[in-house]
Amino acid sequence: MNGVDASNIAIDVKGLTKSFGGREVVHDLSMQVRRGSIYGFLGPNGSGKTTTIRMLCGLLTPDGGEGTCLGYDIRRDAERIKRHVGYMTQRFSLYQDLSVRENLEFVARVYGVPDPRGAAREMIRRLGLSGREDQLAGELSGGWKQRLALGACTLPNPQLLLLDEPTAGVDPKARRDFWNEIHALAADGLTVLVSTHYMDEAERCHEIAYIAYGYLLTHGTVDEVIAKSALTTYTVTGEDLGALGNELAGKPGVDMVAPFGTSLHVSGRDTAALEAAIAPWRDRPSLRWEHSHPSLEDVFIELMSRSRDNFQ
Amino acid sequence: MSIVRAVDENQPDREPRFGFWRRAYAMVVKEFIQLRRDRVSFGMIVMIPVMQLLLFGFAINTTPRHMPTAVLLQEESDLARSVLKALENTAYFRFTREVHDVEEFDDLLMSGKVLFGVEIPRGFERAVRRGERPALLVAADATDPVAAGAALGSLGTLVQTALAHDLFAGDPPALPFEIRAHARYNPAASSRLNIVPGLVGTILTMTMLIFTALSVTREVERGTMESLLSMPIRPVEVMFGKIIPYVLVGFIQAFLILSIGVLMFGVPVLGSLVMLALLSTLFITTNLSIGYTFSTLAQNQLQAMQLSIMFFLPSILLSGFMFPFSGMPVWAQYIGEGLPLTHYLRIVRAIMLKGATLQNLEYDAIALAALMMLAMTIAVTRFRRTLD
Repeated sequence: MNGVDASNIAIDVKGLTKSFGGREVVHDLSMQVRRGSIYGFLGPNGSGKTTTIRMLCGLLTPDGGEGTCLGYDIRRDAERIKRHVGYMTQRFSLYQDLSVRENLEFVARVYGVPDPRGAAREMIRRLGLSGREDQLAGELSGGWKQRLALGACTLPNPQLLLLDEPTAGVDPKARRDFWNEIHALAADGLTVLVSTHYMDEAERCHEIAYIAYGYLLTHGTVDEVIAKSALTTYTVTGEDLGALGNELAGKPGVDMVAPFGTSLHVSGRDTAALEAAIAPWRDRPSLRWEHSHPSLEDVFIELMSRSRDNFQ
Repeated sequence: MSIVRAVDENQPDREPRFGFWRRAYAMVVKEFIQLRRDRVSFGMIVMIPVMQLLLFGFAINTTPRHMPTAVLLQEESDLARSVLKALENTAYFRFTREVHDVEEFDDLLMSGKVLFGVEIPRGFERAVRRGERPALLVAADATDPVAAGAALGSLGTLVQTALAHDLFAGDPPALPFEIRAHARYNPAASSRLNIVPGLVGTILTMTMLIFTALSVTREVERGTMESLLSMPIRPVEVMFGKIIPYVLVGFIQAFLILSIGVLMFGVPVLGSLVMLALLSTLFITTNLSIGYTFSTLAQNQLQAMQLSIMFFLPSILLSGFMFPFSGMPVWAQYIGEGLPLTHYLRIVRAIMLKGATLQNLEYDAIALAALMMLAMTIAVTRFRRTLD
């Protein structure tokens, strides 16, 4: 991040560490997020994404490390950070027994938004929830709940949004709409940190970071992350790919074999070793080999299996 | 490796033998494991019966003795001393105060600092010598007829026996003076007059505790706590937000119970209604704060309920609601002083039955306020600002 002065950085943390019951969940994590950008946070379940997000908004106290969020110290100024951060929890955490309108009015009042009723009404209109404002939040479908939760955390006009797997279990149309909304918010200058499992969502982020077993393994733009991986990938199409996959898996030089529909991705870190490994099958007439770019998913799965070897 | 095992097609689809018992057994095993993991519930299994039984078994005594008594001594004479000694020897009375004017005497009874008052009039000894049968006044606070009843009932004979040695040789003749027992505030010794005001406090304790005891644990269990903690709201603000609505609820409840007490049971309200309303509000708030404190201490709603029950039982038994406070051993009285209901019972009985004023009830009002502040302080410091 050259040429970015501090005022342009929304999140700047170094060496964050957190343990639960003797188990280190986040290990020496450092990251910088530029203001106005959408930063994707990826990693397998239990990798420490939620813990990191909670440390950023003052819900958890880091055991070690330091940093600032919106210029406020994450250890000392948690109360001030809370005023400018909207946090959307992984599990729906608004009041199920309050209506859409009552939930929004509650949030508006807690944050001291002038004219809470008006602000709630405006948000209901923006969310397209008009006509449902008196429905109980608990009775909404998954997609609507998620929209409401996003509305609730953007209502107080935060400078930073922390979204913890906001689209888990939401249908593709709702996900698309949700991401359009996030881009619109970022265009207005809001910084968004969003954790996700979906590769297509990762590709819609300005920058991404990959975290596994508490370690931040890589970060950058999607292209940078792919380039950094130094992974060579061949895409194979043809007959009996399942048997081929079983034979290739585990061969020296082959780090990863993954079926993708009618094709098979075979990847390795060492190009020469990979080519040596696949040589016996290269000339089979029933197979078509194509040197291709690894997908983001290839990179992540490879990172994950590598980190498992290192840290487990 | 596949975690789905192939279906064995040779296995007929038949109900297994002892199916009912096997499934019930599976459930039993699971319940035991869960019970063992839940330390608090496990502790309750032992604590509730053993502790409560020991505590209340020793503490409760329906024929109280050594009750605090004030003496208004208008003359210093040997006879007066003998009579007082005789009264003390009955074991019902313990002279805690000696006063010099009637006003002070009345005040002590009114505020509940003493349960009895003995007045030896001026010229008592001389009148006895002259055979004038002067009157010795024993005034009792009869708001709790159980506490006062036994002592008043046996007064005559007991004093007569005790005095026998001092005054007369041989068989004691009739007493040369008259003991005038005066059951104040509840001359008919109606237990209803005692119980109805007491019920106001007991019902309020139960309902108020439960209202707030679940409030924080509910947020934690429903997952809304995470959202709430990420918002700029302080622990004190959460606490007041959760208590204030129920102050109103409690007030309505108190009004209902009191109205029924007055209209249906004919319990009087001799003192100031405004004072009763104010001190009731204080009592309601104190209980709500204690319930809220439980809520911040408990891990889940079940534990919060258990804590409330642990608090409610002693409140009923050791506060003077069911059994006379003065009948309990001193250690139990100390526990009782730590319960808001003890103080409120004194307040509500004194205002309704005795027409007491705030001055009479200063101590109990301050005790209630102190308990409230203590509970609130614990709650605010114990409230977890983070999910750590």
